[in-house]
Amino acid sequence: MLMDEGTELSLTIAHIVRRLRGSHLHSQIERQAKVSPFRPGLFLYIFFMRIIIFLCLAGWERKLQNAVYRELQLPPSHPAAPPEHLKEPLAYMRKAQASWEKRVLKSLNSVSTELGVPLARMRPVAEQKELTDKWNEMGTDEPDLNRFRPVYAPKDFLEVLISLRNPNHDSSEDVSVRSHWGLIQIPLDVRDIPQLKQVFIGYLYQLIFCPWSDAVFVFCCALVISEQDSAAAQQYSRQGCPTGLRADLWALILNCTNQPQDVMYYEQLTAGVIQHDLLVDNLIYKDVKLTASNDDYYFVFEDFLYQVLLCFSRDTAVLDHFKYNSATPPKSYIQGVIPFHGFSMYVAPLCFLYNEPSKLYSVFREMYIRYFFRFLKYSGIVTLCLQFERLLQTYLPQLFYHLRQIGAQPLRIAFKWMVRAFSGYLSTDQLLLLWDRILGYDSLEIVAVLAAAVFAFRAENLMEVTSLVSAEAVLADLSTLKVMPLIQIFLFATTV
Amino acid sequence: MAGKVKWVTDIEKSVLINNFEKREWVPVSENEDWNFYWMSIQTIRTVFSVDTGYRLSDEQIVNHFPNHYELTRKDLMIKNIKRYRKDLEKEGSPLAEKDENGKYIYLDFVPVTFMLPSDYNLFVEEFRKNPSSTWIMKPCGKAQGKGIFLINKLSQIKKWSRDSRTSTFVAASSGKEAYVISLYIDNPLLIGGKKFDLRLYVLVTTYRPLKCYMYKLGFCRFCTVKYTPSTSELDNMFVHLTNVAIQKHGDDYNHVHGGKWTVSNLRLYLESTRGKEVTSRLFDQIHWIMVQSLKAVAVSGVHSKTTFQNILTNVNASPSLTSSTANDRILKYNLINDTLNIVTPNGEIPDCRWSRSPPREALGNYQVLYDEEQAQSEHTDLRDLRSRSGQSLGSKGTKGGAGVRPVTASWK
Ligand SMILES: Nc1ncnc2c1ncn2[C@@H]1O[C@H](COP(=O)(O)OP(=O)(O)O)[C@@H](O)[C@H]1O
Ligand SMILES: [Mg+2]
Repeated sequence: MLMDEGTELSLTIAHIVRRLRGSHLHSQIERQAKVSPFRPGLFLYIFFMRIIIFLCLAGWERKLQNAVYRELQLPPSHPAAPPEHLKEPLAYMRKAQASWEKRVLKSLNSVSTELGVPLARMRPVAEQKELTDKWNEMGTDEPDLNRFRPVYAPKDFLEVLISLRNPNHDSSEDVSVRSHWGLIQIPLDVRDIPQLKQVFIGYLYQLIFCPWSDAVFVFCCALVISEQDSAAAQQYSRQGCPTGLRADLWALILNCTNQPQDVMYYEQLTAGVIQHDLLVDNLIYKDVKLTASNDDYYFVFEDFLYQVLLCFSRDTAVLDHFKYNSATPPKSYIQGVIPFHGFSMYVAPLCFLYNEPSKLYSVFREMYIRYFFRFLKYSGIVTLCLQFERLLQTYLPQLFYHLRQIGAQPLRIAFKWMVRAFSGYLSTDQLLLLWDRILGYDSLEIVAVLAAAVFAFRAENLMEVTSLVSAEAVLADLSTLKVMPLIQIFLFATTV
Repeated sequence: MAGKVKWVTDIEKSVLINNFEKREWVPVSENEDWNFYWMSIQTIRTVFSVDTGYRLSDEQIVNHFPNHYELTRKDLMIKNIKRYRKDLEKEGSPLAEKDENGKYIYLDFVPVTFMLPSDYNLFVEEFRKNPSSTWIMKPCGKAQGKGIFLINKLSQIKKWSRDSRTSTFVAASSGKEAYVISLYIDNPLLIGGKKFDLRLYVLVTTYRPLKCYMYKLGFCRFCTVKYTPSTSELDNMFVHLTNVAIQKHGDDYNHVHGGKWTVSNLRLYLESTRGKEVTSRLFDQIHWIMVQSLKAVAVSGVHSKTTFQNILTNVNASPSLTSSTANDRILKYNLINDTLNIVTPNGEIPDCRWSRSPPREALGNYQVLYDEEQAQSEHTDLRDLRSRSGQSLGSKGTKGGAGVRPVTASWK
């Protein structure tokens, strides 16, 4: 796939233009242009100039800019490459991903045959009506879920990741090089602390040289919101959003404007839930019951979670997105994703920000498409795991060695945190500050950095434990941690 | 000041006893010489009754003020607040200012309430003005939601008075089974569609001058069933009463979290969804209500927890020390710990000559809610508190314009 940069860029632009053409924004702009007082006359060129100025004055320029910005933020896609290659650049990972997906699907199918529950079925009218009535209190329903088990849990996923090997790379060859002590045995490039510092340096400078006064910062954020400037919102999010403005800033960054058509779209999905019963619904139901319903922070939002997740499992726009990634949802009967145990934790924290289901939904979907899906994608999660292990091995070699010796591989503990972006482990206020940075830097890297920072923070206690169980006990409660100070100390005070 | 504190309690709760033992205090019986007695309200009533006439020595403290029921009995709380407002009005205090409809601007924080049976006629008059309203009936001397029910027809009151005449008539006439009836607030703020109230802990160390502390780690108590103002659900207490004692009998009660959500969660949620300004204003108003209701009984006294529902509905003298969940146990243990740190600095034997102002570091999760002495020494008084809170209680641009009063309406 050798392309010079110019070709790639023009392909990208063509791709964006193609996507925007089909968008609602495009038809809106078209309509707006039609109502302009200008008519094409002799000089077509002047006419176009006028239209453009007219649209700018009417505020369309910003909207268009934000839409383009959103396209650029989406996971990179190379429209020229064949669809198979778009998904995962490395062939062996592509193969592994496919076989994992097949396995998950097989397990879902076997649940279906075992229990005699079809993967999808039309609900009888009476049942549709019943569901409509209790749409806002699905939590009171107590279907028999004992028969259902989650199709997979994070630790199953970890097992397959550990077994991943690059066939072209024999690790026994490079005994001379300091070998990797961790579980992930794949040679990928990840950043070390000096490089990470480079990434986060802007933030540091900000802190040292130009400490915002809170009031000024809040004012600037409010300004960005009133100007609807997506790119600026993302910059500010790196500093941690002010609580009162976070909901708006995130929506702006994600370009979720909650237009009437978004609301309508959500309602269509709702109708889909009412009409069809899917086997995965039971898994979603069970997942919420096992996680959020018992959670001190999230139990009050139980019913929102059902609504959002059930709609999500029927959302074809999510499917659309998968064209460019290796995670391939099984098409015919499930539109979205087979949830792993804990999946609902991606939605739960968002309930603190949005109390309108359609808005909550669109923000979640956007977060999923941009970020969360990477946790379920081989190259994404493997990179994070490797990053975490490298950081620990490089900067806390004694600790790593000790934990490895007692059979407590750090990744075995940290994987579940990372795969949920720490949701359900950190206190919500801290979690939101972490996600501010995910959005702000448009990267999940910070999750791996924080995981390593947590180990560094508890290093002394961890050096004393002698088993996996006691190591896990030391790290059991993360709800008192303060995210940013931990990361700062780790990045800027760690010496090798 | 050497010597260990001798303690006694008639409440066998581990959160208390563990705290005493941690301080290596010496357990004694109530007949021996004691310094610290954590007593139930029944005990305090007997110990300090006119007959016993017990007086505390300089080295003794207890966990209640003798007249705690001035706030904790529902009828007396209402009477005290009404009297307090009248007194302020007579003094010409700006706090007692009224709006054009004759409503108190700053002191309208209890729903319209009458005593039954004594105020029956007044109630009927009020009811007729607005016959579609719902009212809540509560026995004056009970707690934990016991004996509470909702009504929306006069006939239900008549039936109640008939029934109570036959069953507990004697008690009723002796005043023991008196009820209060309050206008039911039917548009509470809902989260996840459910009604909740706040359990906030306030420690009062002296009434004159008033000095009180607010515990930062309060929590919301959620109903287990979705709220609906529909009259068809009026007798479903799982919809309307937030008491844990009621909710825990519901089918949907969750024993892991017990329907309890921390106040910091509430703050985060409100700030995120409604903005910072509105949220701070709400909390200011809550604090304002607490101080005012304590002021209202400054002649008597409580050590208490309070229950707010944006509007003050009730105050308890002995908050439940039963822990329904693991987190609850930790919270209550720490609550007692911080309380003891304030009332017995350094765990020493109490001395009535102690300065009553522990340093900030010693407050734990408490923060000073109001300090009359300090307020006066700074030449400030209630008026400044008002203008301070008044700012946030704010005449300026509250949603719905109803903002000066801490009413639920401003949330809807
Ligand atoms: N006026 C009212 N409007 C709406 N709800 C009320 C009102 N008064 C009480 N409640 C509800 O009933 C519960 C119990 O009332 P409360 O006065 O606290 O009595 P108790 O001492 O039995 O707890 C409150 O927690 C609240 O949920
Ligand atoms: Mg109560």
